[in-house]
Amino acid sequence: MFREEKSLREAPQLLPIEERISTFKEVNLGLTEEQVKREASRCLQCAKAYCVAGCPANVKIPNFIKAIREGDYKKAIEIICETNSLPAVTGRVCQVEMQCEKACILGRRGVPISIGLLERFVADLALKKGWKRFACKAFNGKKVAVVGSGPAGLTVAGDLIKLGYEVTVFEALHKPGGVLIYGIPEFRLPKDVVEKEIKTLEDSGVKIRTNFCIGKSVSLKEIFDDGYDAVFLGIGAGAPVVLEVPGVNLGGIYTANEFLVRTVLMKAYLFPRYDTPIDVGKKVIVIGGGNTAVDSARVAVRMGVEEVKIAYRRSEDDMPARREEVLRAKEEGVKILPLVNPVRFIGDENNHVIKVELVKNQLTYIDETGRSVPVPIEGSNFSIDGDMIILAIGQKANKVFTQTVPELKLDKDGYIVVDYEARTSLERVWAGGDIIRGSATVIQAIGDGKRAAASINKTLMSKSI
Amino acid sequence: MHTIVDKVQLTEGIFKMIIKAPHVAKSWKPGQFVVLMVNENGERIPLTIVDGNFYDGTISLIFQVVGKTTALLASKNVGEQIYSIAGPLGKPSEIKRYGKVALVGGGVGVAEILPQIRALKQVGNDVIAIIGARSLNKLILVEEVKSICNEVYVCTDDGSYGFKGFVSDALKKLIEEGREINYVYAVGPVPMMKAVSKVTRAHNIKTVVSANPIMIDGTGMCGVCRVIVGGEIKFACVDGPDFDAHLLDFDTLESRLKTYIKYEKKAFEDFTRCQCHV
Ligand SMILES: Cc1cc2nc3c(=O)[nH]c(=O)nc-3n(C[C@H](O)[C@H](O)[C@H](O)COP(=O)(O)OP(=O)(O)OC[C@H]3O[C@@H](n4cnc5c(N)ncnc54)[C@H](O)[C@@H]3O)c2cc1C
Ligand SMILES: Cc1cc2nc3c(=O)[nH]c(=O)nc-3n(C[C@H](O)[C@H](O)[C@H](O)COP(=O)(O)OP(=O)(O)OC[C@H]3O[C@@H](n4cnc5c(N)ncnc54)[C@H](O)[C@@H]3O)c2cc1C
Ligand code: SF4
Ligand code: SF4
Ligand code: FES
Repeated sequence: MFREEKSLREAPQLLPIEERISTFKEVNLGLTEEQVKREASRCLQCAKAYCVAGCPANVKIPNFIKAIREGDYKKAIEIICETNSLPAVTGRVCQVEMQCEKACILGRRGVPISIGLLERFVADLALKKGWKRFACKAFNGKKVAVVGSGPAGLTVAGDLIKLGYEVTVFEALHKPGGVLIYGIPEFRLPKDVVEKEIKTLEDSGVKIRTNFCIGKSVSLKEIFDDGYDAVFLGIGAGAPVVLEVPGVNLGGIYTANEFLVRTVLMKAYLFPRYDTPIDVGKKVIVIGGGNTAVDSARVAVRMGVEEVKIAYRRSEDDMPARREEVLRAKEEGVKILPLVNPVRFIGDENNHVIKVELVKNQLTYIDETGRSVPVPIEGSNFSIDGDMIILAIGQKANKVFTQTVPELKLDKDGYIVVDYEARTSLERVWAGGDIIRGSATVIQAIGDGKRAAASINKTLMSKSI
Repeated sequence: MHTIVDKVQLTEGIFKMIIKAPHVAKSWKPGQFVVLMVNENGERIPLTIVDGNFYDGTISLIFQVVGKTTALLASKNVGEQIYSIAGPLGKPSEIKRYGKVALVGGGVGVAEILPQIRALKQVGNDVIAIIGARSLNKLILVEEVKSICNEVYVCTDDGSYGFKGFVSDALKKLIEEGREINYVYAVGPVPMMKAVSKVTRAHNIKTVVSANPIMIDGTGMCGVCRVIVGGEIKFACVDGPDFDAHLLDFDTLESRLKTYIKYEKKAFEDFTRCQCHV
């Protein structure tokens, strides 16, 4: 019985491993229409749908699945877009096993509905067919500035343009999209998907100004002087944490952000056709266990290195990365070295890294996050060869904007403090996404954007500012 | 897209360009830089803003051809377009009244001290400039500097012009002669800034340098520009580029600048080879 049901869950087509490791082509090819129909028919259409509560943006999952069953894909995408503005993205990158699919009632028997893949199917179809997801009201006379073009900012822009606002998105980099464009690699989230999503917004009237760093090119005050009625800050966490151990500034040691910016955004793997270089080693060691670590490892595989290891301080099951990507990474040859911490990096005579010294950890008591706390085992140090190290140990709040507005209230780690409606301590300034949460997820950023857009609309419509 | 409105070759391998970039011209301050991409597949490189004109929305950049991107930029002419310019980035320099200040510029660094000279003079400092290059044919902006500074010392390594020796030697001589100097600002190659720092440390004179690590985004996101200041890791693009010279770890800065040498050389050679065949 259990077995039969397990085989019922539709599995996506995957690119063959040999092809994966030598290209940046998308690995998960999604479900076919036939599979989508079968998968949708498995849904119990629960009256009390746990799946909806499991989705941080509360996508009306049973409703859109019902529309799929009825063959009305257009309606399905409209339902999804009520609460999620970037479904082609979330359908690919959401940590479904921790969110909607974890909560799905069928999940208790190990065969949750493949909600992410269903969402992705209708979203891709909508992009392909160019279906309009919403109509825009006439200009209501108010202008809103959105700072940062990651998922949080794009959501605010989309929601407000619908309501008739004039919206301008300011982005510090030369391309919009935030982590979707500079961080998550092509083989997991093709850049043309992100570009199409952004183009849809631009076609609806959203203006995007790239190369424009707010706080530097113009100050927050000048934005208001320019006649904007509200500002949304979706500036991301952004800044990489640099491990403070001896040897961390040797050549060959990258932060994951640098490694991914060089490869994903600047396309260093196409050097010299693209001008940005990257010095790839032979033996790569990635430090960390989240999505950033796994993405970095898989990019390294594709750059033709000899071996890639991920050194993580807890056990493999504790890795916060998407489960699917960890499995894919292992198929692609990435080795996982659990329960270790780097102690120092050792360089050669040219100050280039050649080895890393690690210490073994043991798991001890369970902390408030429900995971075991790793503690180094004294005297268990050992070293392994590595001529390229990628540090993926987390992000912290970037100060490029906040350092220019000392009056904005931040918490002790530099994140912006907001209330339940995403309002900051400054009048007419809202914030959301990673800059209020620390490193979080795409769908949480979208959820914040939705909340902020609703609050901005409420405020600007009630007060005559 | 940004139009080049003027281009002048200052000396062998060093160019000045005036480029339309109203968003930068409007708000730049001395000490800040732009990150520029010559074309869509290009590399992002940082260049100091030497001047900016609020009224016509232009900025001046002065750069030395050292690799592919600067060579490509130098090959562009008046009327042509630059793909992208982000800025102004970095913290503005601290401009205040110190009393007697010495500004030290080496090589293309002479260009980068120009805005500092103007700003420091404007708030009432007595400004001495010490500028230098390897030899006379590498010297730039001597007349400009002379026209705004009370006192200018010019040095060349080979003695082909002015004082024979390094700018740090000239500074040392001035200090040892008993000249009162309350503040030193230096820009140039890392060994030069390191030498200046050594001279002023011995006399306990507050010294600031503009650090020039490799950068990509220039907005604090990638961490490639990390430098060590007083034992702590700082990102030059958001915490700097100006840092206290007596706290900055010059050796790490220098070794990290060499990371990409073999690739840069290849890109430069390929580029120069294509150029000759055109
Ligand atoms: C490698 C990697 C893999 C990930 N994988 C997943 C995944 O599989 N699933 C998932 O759900 N999440 C994943 N995440 C996390 C997710 O990408 C983030 O939580 C999400 O992108 C946060 O969105 P945001 O809108 O807050 O900010 P960001 O996406 O960080 O965008 C912020 C934007 O603001 C710009 N900006 C900053 N300051 C300024 C300024 N002063 N002026 C103008 N612009 C500015 C930045 O340049 C940037 O483009 C991953 C993250 C990384 C780095
Ligand atoms: C804040 C800042 C301001 C700067 N301002 C100016 C300026 O006003 N005028 C100017 O001519 N240059 C300036 N530089 C240096 C300039 O950015 C580099 O010369 C440029 O990036 C080289 O690019 P390339 O592709 O031509 O050469 P590459 O092929 O990248 O490099 C060639 C050689 O230059 C060295 N190099 C690479 N990057 C840098 C760097 N960031 N700093 C110093 N050396 C480097 C390399 O080690 C290599 O030996 C500045 C750098 C910083 C960080
Ligand atoms: S919990 Fe699962 S089965 Fe029930 S409605 Fe949601 S997706 Fe369908
Ligand atoms: S947005 Fe993410 S969490 Fe929500 S339903 Fe879609 S895939 Fe699940
Ligand atoms: S240049 Fe990327 S963090 Fe400074």
